[in-house]
Amino acid sequence: MGNHSSKSKPGTGGDVSSHDKTQSWFYSDIVKDHFFNPRNFLDREPEEGEFNAVGKVGSPACGDELRVWLLVDSSSEQIKSFRWKTFGCGSAIAATSMISEMVLENGGMTLSEARTIKPQDVMERLGGLPARKFHCSVLCDKALRDAVNDYYRRTGQFDRIAVEATRIIDPVSRVTDRDIEEAVLEGAQTLELVQQKTKVGIGNPSVLPAVEELIKFYREKYFGGGPQE
Amino acid sequence: MQVRNVYMDHAAATPIDRKVVEVMLPFLNESYGNPSSFHSVGKVASDAILNARSSIAQILGARADEVIFTSGGTESDNLAILGYARKNKDFGKHIITTKAEHEAVLESCAELEREGFEVTYLDVDEYGMVTADQVEGALRDDTILASVIYANNEIGTVNPIREIGAKIQRARKGSAKNFPVLHIDACQAASALELNIQKLNVDMLTLNGSKIYGPKGAGLLYVRRGIKLQPLQFGGAQEKRVRPGTENVAGIVGLASALQIADDGRVQYVQKTTELRDKLINGILSSISKTRLNGHKTERLPNNVNISFMDIEGEALLLYLDSKGVYVSTGSACTSQSLDPSHVILALGMPYEVAHGSIRFSLGRDTTEEDVDYVLETLPPLVEKLRKISPVKVDEKYY
Ligand SMILES: Cc1ncc(COP(=O)(O)O)c(C=O)c1O
Repeated sequence: MGNHSSKSKPGTGGDVSSHDKTQSWFYSDIVKDHFFNPRNFLDREPEEGEFNAVGKVGSPACGDELRVWLLVDSSSEQIKSFRWKTFGCGSAIAATSMISEMVLENGGMTLSEARTIKPQDVMERLGGLPARKFHCSVLCDKALRDAVNDYYRRTGQFDRIAVEATRIIDPVSRVTDRDIEEAVLEGAQTLELVQQKTKVGIGNPSVLPAVEELIKFYREKYFGGGPQE
Repeated sequence: MQVRNVYMDHAAATPIDRKVVEVMLPFLNESYGNPSSFHSVGKVASDAILNARSSIAQILGARADEVIFTSGGTESDNLAILGYARKNKDFGKHIITTKAEHEAVLESCAELEREGFEVTYLDVDEYGMVTADQVEGALRDDTILASVIYANNEIGTVNPIREIGAKIQRARKGSAKNFPVLHIDACQAASALELNIQKLNVDMLTLNGSKIYGPKGAGLLYVRRGIKLQPLQFGGAQEKRVRPGTENVAGIVGLASALQIADDGRVQYVQKTTELRDKLINGILSSISKTRLNGHKTERLPNNVNISFMDIEGEALLLYLDSKGVYVSTGSACTSQSLDPSHVILALGMPYEVAHGSIRFSLGRDTTEEDVDYVLETLPPLVEKLRKISPVKVDEKYY
């Protein structure tokens, strides 16, 4: 007795290993930095008139919920303030923190610039994410686009609202048919793999039959049938 | 506050006890013989297995020939469920289990469903427990097997196995048949609870080494004499042909030694860890708002603490704790290969968000009061920080 746990080296097994720097960690150093020291998050409720656009995506049931608040300069349409709150795992928190930095760099992106940010851009800046964490960075750009639309709505510029040229398949995770198409193109050939990339139907299983249909459709379209190795 | 390394994931793996390592070492070095060989080198190995088998049988209150060595808990569960069902399918194709089983049981049952068996998955109550009456109520003429977890690996809830076993035995007597039989998974229970199969009224029992300070990849299935199993693999005559293949001699010897040490220290272990467990539970619930104890307050393993922290996601908290040297696990989907959060917490009737925020702290033999104090000091500011980042407010009715 008395010879084990407190002194023994922590295991390196599984995905999440030690904080000890000599051992590998699950996430890149950049992800880690943003996770432990998140930038620009809102540690309180927003005040009346503090922001002029809000966006939201996800739900706690599917494991991630993101909210973003923007203050947009009405003449330049530059984003002057980007604050956020995130319920989610390490990579979801780090990805939201990172996108807030990207948007605010060099005096702030314009709304049209902001809406072109792709999940891959965020992932690259984070130094990569483990494959089954992709969906976490897919969510932050969606929340941002939702806020951009909200700004146009509030300012009456309805023609500029980008109804994503697609159909929302899962209203909870806001996954669209285009998201599923991209996941299949990137090699996700089964429902499980598509869910890993997009989170579609997690916590909202009623949409799964429709998702499976779509996967089948895109698989046949791009790969001509049977699952690919 | 000085940073400590506090390993609180003993339900996932325990370190190997030094004494266990010592008895294993010769079988990794000089005593390398094959137990099936007909010379003295082989005899050393076969004697070691013989001794291990009889020492284990004694602890279980079983006969030596009722112990089958396997590669661990998963294989034992698979062998019990698939092996029994396939061998006895002519008597019936109905199986009973619960919604809070280990994956090794649930996935075996799912496989049987694909093979044409019918499985009843009993609901558990808000504490994760099934009752003997529920099991009895689900029995049918064609029920051949019930499999119930002894103590739950995630939330530590202990099931009333003795009563369930009594009902199963009565059902058997009533119809003068050899079935149904009862299998239990006792992997998490081995250090703390009664293991005597006579007292438990069970017909098959799964144990493994990795949760009892023994080797990983070593396990056993107790199978009551007279029960026939269809093997999962085929080959030589080892383990009565039910589990052929050259024996993992060091693993078997280590498993027997670990079980002996656990049995000898049972009373002391239960007393010590129960105190620390309750200190940790009460400390967390009183110092951190919006928390919920998952599992039963008293019918619970002495080393298990499972708490849901509302409004935050388990992986984030796990990693914040990791950065302070505290090692735990979570029922959140994010750390597992699957996308859904813990099926056990969901089976308690809790929504997804409560399952996503669950953290399991599992104590061990060497956990100290200082370790518990350290966790109690470290935890509140981490929870507070993550709650500040979070936009979610879980409904009050869940905590
Ligand atoms: C209750 C239970 N059953 C089965 C297993 C599987 O055991 P093993 O990892 O030895 O295959 C475990 C441990 O993970 C467990 O806790």
